Amino acid sequence: MNDMTPITTTLKDWETDQEVRWCPGCGDYAILKAVQRTLPQLGADPAKTVFVSGIGCSSRFPYYVESYGFHTIHGRAPAFATGIKLANPDLDVWLVTGDGDGLSIGGNHLMHVLRRNVNMQIMLFNNEIYGLTKGQFSPTSRIGTTSPSTPLGSIDRPANPCAFALGAGARFVARAYDISKELPDALKAAHAHQGAAFVEIFQNCIVYNKDVFEGFTDKKNAPQNQLWLTDGEPMLFGSEKSGGIKGIALDLDRLELKVVDVADGNWQDAGVLVHNAKNRTIAHLLIEMPFGPFPMALGVIYDDPAPTFESAVIEQNIAASAGKEASLAKLLAKGQTWTVDGTAQDPN
Amino acid sequence: MQAPPMRLLAPQKNFIAAAELRTYFAGPIQAIGVHLAREQEQIMATKAAERPADTQAPEAVVVRFAGDSGDGMQLTGGQFTLSTALAGNDLATFPDFPAEIRAPQGTLFGVSAFQINFGSTQIETAGDAPDVLVAMNPAALKVNLAALKPGGLIIADSGEFGQRNLDKAKYDRNPLEDGSLVKWDLLAFDISALTLEAVKPFGLGNKEALRCKNMWTLGLALWMFDRDREPIIEWLRGKFRKAPELAEANIAALNAGHAYGETAEISGPLKKLHLPAVEAEPGLYRTITGAESVSLGLVAGAQLAELPLFFGGYPITPASAILHHLARLKEFGVTTFQAEDEIAAVCAAIGASYAGQLGVTSSSGPGIALKTEAMGLAIMTELPLVIVNSQRGGPSTGLPTKTEQSDLYQAVYGRNGDAPMPVVAARSPADAFECAIEACRLATQYMTPVMLLTDGYIANAAEPWKVPDPASYEPFPVTFLEEKNAGDDLLPYKRDEKGARPWIKAGTPGLMHRIGGIEKHVETGNIDYSPANHQAMTDLRKNKIEGIAVPDQDVVLGNQRGALAVVGWGSTFGPIHQAVRRARKAGLDVSHIHVRHIWPLPKNLGELLAGFDRVLMPEMNTGQFKTVLRDQFLVQAESLTKTSGQPFSIAEIEEAIAKYFDGILGNEGGTAPFDPGQLPEPLSGYDDGTYPPRDAGAAEPNTGSDTKAVNQ
Repeated sequence: MNDMTPITTTLKDWETDQEVRWCPGCGDYAILKAVQRTLPQLGADPAKTVFVSGIGCSSRFPYYVESYGFHTIHGRAPAFATGIKLANPDLDVWLVTGDGDGLSIGGNHLMHVLRRNVNMQIMLFNNEIYGLTKGQFSPTSRIGTTSPSTPLGSIDRPANPCAFALGAGARFVARAYDISKELPDALKAAHAHQGAAFVEIFQNCIVYNKDVFEGFTDKKNAPQNQLWLTDGEPMLFGSEKSGGIKGIALDLDRLELKVVDVADGNWQDAGVLVHNAKNRTIAHLLIEMPFGPFPMALGVIYDDPAPTFESAVIEQNIAASAGKEASLAKLLAKGQTWTVDGTAQDPN
Repeated sequence: MQAPPMRLLAPQKNFIAAAELRTYFAGPIQAIGVHLAREQEQIMATKAAERPADTQAPEAVVVRFAGDSGDGMQLTGGQFTLSTALAGNDLATFPDFPAEIRAPQGTLFGVSAFQINFGSTQIETAGDAPDVLVAMNPAALKVNLAALKPGGLIIADSGEFGQRNLDKAKYDRNPLEDGSLVKWDLLAFDISALTLEAVKPFGLGNKEALRCKNMWTLGLALWMFDRDREPIIEWLRGKFRKAPELAEANIAALNAGHAYGETAEISGPLKKLHLPAVEAEPGLYRTITGAESVSLGLVAGAQLAELPLFFGGYPITPASAILHHLARLKEFGVTTFQAEDEIAAVCAAIGASYAGQLGVTSSSGPGIALKTEAMGLAIMTELPLVIVNSQRGGPSTGLPTKTEQSDLYQAVYGRNGDAPMPVVAARSPADAFECAIEACRLATQYMTPVMLLTDGYIANAAEPWKVPDPASYEPFPVTFLEEKNAGDDLLPYKRDEKGARPWIKAGTPGLMHRIGGIEKHVETGNIDYSPANHQAMTDLRKNKIEGIAVPDQDVVLGNQRGALAVVGWGSTFGPIHQAVRRARKAGLDVSHIHVRHIWPLPKNLGELLAGFDRVLMPEMNTGQFKTVLRDQFLVQAESLTKTSGQPFSIAEIEEAIAKYFDGILGNEGGTAPFDPGQLPEPLSGYDDGTYPPRDAGAAEPNTGSDTKAVNQ
């Protein structure tokens, strides 16, 4: 995000006159509403806001947000967004991609926009399936996913989007899911972060991969299955009602995380870690926690800003131009020149 | 160590009197006499040529420096070019180097060559056959010897002709000693030893000392052509500012080579030759390569459009040089972005255009292929974009360092869907400047991607350039849409009289809208798949591009109607122009037409071509532009094709032209008059030192059955 005068808007101001064409019940509706609810809270200016997307169900998103929007080509949205930011760093860019768009055909661009740290919010809608092409398995589909292209079950090992992002050098990694009430908070944190902010949003594809995330999104069991991280707060989850309060601690002998029971609220004695969003090592461990033995790590997992790409480019452009006269006539006549009578001269 | 000079005939007064160098020629002098006489007759017979032939034939010399890719031949050539330019000669160069950065030393495929054609008359090609071949090792001699004119001069470094290097070059015997070079003048001496001797005082290691060989050779060449050493010495001092001992060693080598020339003159075949300066328009000149020229043209184009320039690139031969040049021009509002791949490079450029800058990307064939989908998006979203394609030999990786014109189909047709896009082709390094400006103009005025075609030859070759005055170009400032264009509504696809939609910079207050690759409503730009809408949008996109105002096609040389038009595009300009000039001097009714606007074509081109009995189209591909012209104008164009990775020689085109004039007085048999200065390109060998069978040569006019399919 950028320093700009806050603009007063309402959710309605961010709705377009276009009919939303996702399947009824699609998780994308919830994400769209969460974004439209968040933008007024950020004081965002529709004229300075650009939604850029690739191809896929998620990438229809820009058509439904009353701002500037560019629905580009499959997998390449990060490259377009990079060009936009370099040309006009004042624009507030939101990138919308999916697991197929961002990690399969566009994996390369996603890697590079993260490593360069171009200042933008990157929302990757992960539904673990190719929806728009009618249900083929995707690079995040779990092994054994049956789909039209894998009637006997998929064989590929899935990618972990947040691990990919962190591995690519991301300075901000957050996780949420479509209907989670904490999604706007994750988006706000992403927006506040100067640099490429990566947010994985688990999204329920009710047609081709229904309830694939139910294990941890199911409301009833949410407390023991979701670990919402807050910077400076202990990593606690669970409820007194079912199974008790638990925490995440570090097993120093094995250098891995472990689940510990917290008795009487005394998390310190249980060795529960306090979340430090600037700790890249713990971020790796949290992202890699297997769901089942562990809860799903959600919220802002990592947030440690570094100088942005576009600011460095502009700085270099300014430094390189300093004291130089931009005279085209002189440029054209640069180097060793001669007049027709053969006299060498150098105008510089 | 020196073979006896072969002089079968004494030089004759009417044959290039001033060019003493031609005394090295063996047999063909008589033939030239005949040629000149016949030329006169023909002019009187046909009155087709515009002016009587010069009895003093143009004075020009072709020198080829050849050595190992690590020998610094490109550097030697570059500096010799500079000295040539400073001497006021017109010139054209042709760097020809291997794809490998440091190919194994001494091998045939590791040979790097630099050819320069210079003289006191207009020079438009790098010359067909060299008069002088400088061969730094056996491999360089073997690869380049076939090109050398009979009687031409070989300067060889005998110090490099040891058994090891002879083996690597697949020579059974030492060619300097076995008499196999009797057709040429040979000057062989131990340049390596002479260089070592010259740089001894500077205490360099053997390897470093031998690196000065190229400067020794350059010194000799400077003496031969009566050149001032001072600019080169200055350049060396600048280049080795941080290592003055290297500068001094190189200067010593340069001076030693020069001094050697003076002493060798006494007895050997070496002659000092002074070519007077060419007559040229007064003004300031510089040498320029195509890559520089494109870069400067893009900067100029962006300034004329009053826009910052955004250049997205990815390293690829031979296009990278454009990225390198622009990266140093930040003070001109240029942002360069080396992207992660070709696709990202073009996408970032489109993104920059969307945000209000002039987006440009550049590549060569394989990279252009990767950019194709993004170009489709730029066509669909109607955003300005310039794509520079420095063509090289294809398909696939093909010949990265060699030239070809085989991406014309790709440029004109190579996208999914009906995706029309303007295509502009540069004819020479200097012309690339004008073409780059034109591409910027079309892109911004018509809201469209534009492809600018150059090729490996144009990108790397240098020629003198009269420095233009930027003020002499008509500016074409861009106007962004700042407020709603339909009362209270915004219509992002409402078109102007040219068919162009408004350019709305993302970030403009009140004009928020969405665009994308999905078919859009004719005015609102909202998603619209309806049959009538797609029909309308397809037509609008097509009509916009076809309606682009392209200057009428002119005839470069010759009459507006006649027996034969030679139609070219791109870098074949030089050889076609020279061949047509010669043919016209010989009295043949032939004209040269050279097309810059490949798409859309000039409106008058069909009518113009209809005025000629026959149309010959030399192309460095299998006949791509021919197909386009046949399709567009039902013209019975015939191809002269060449895909050897080398430019056309003048003689190849002359020969093809002559075939159309069989039976005409003075041209019985339809053959080109023999010209020793312009031999048909000799058979070139494969990298392994073998040669293809004679009849499998390039540049055969393709006048087979397919030429009869149309309009007969």
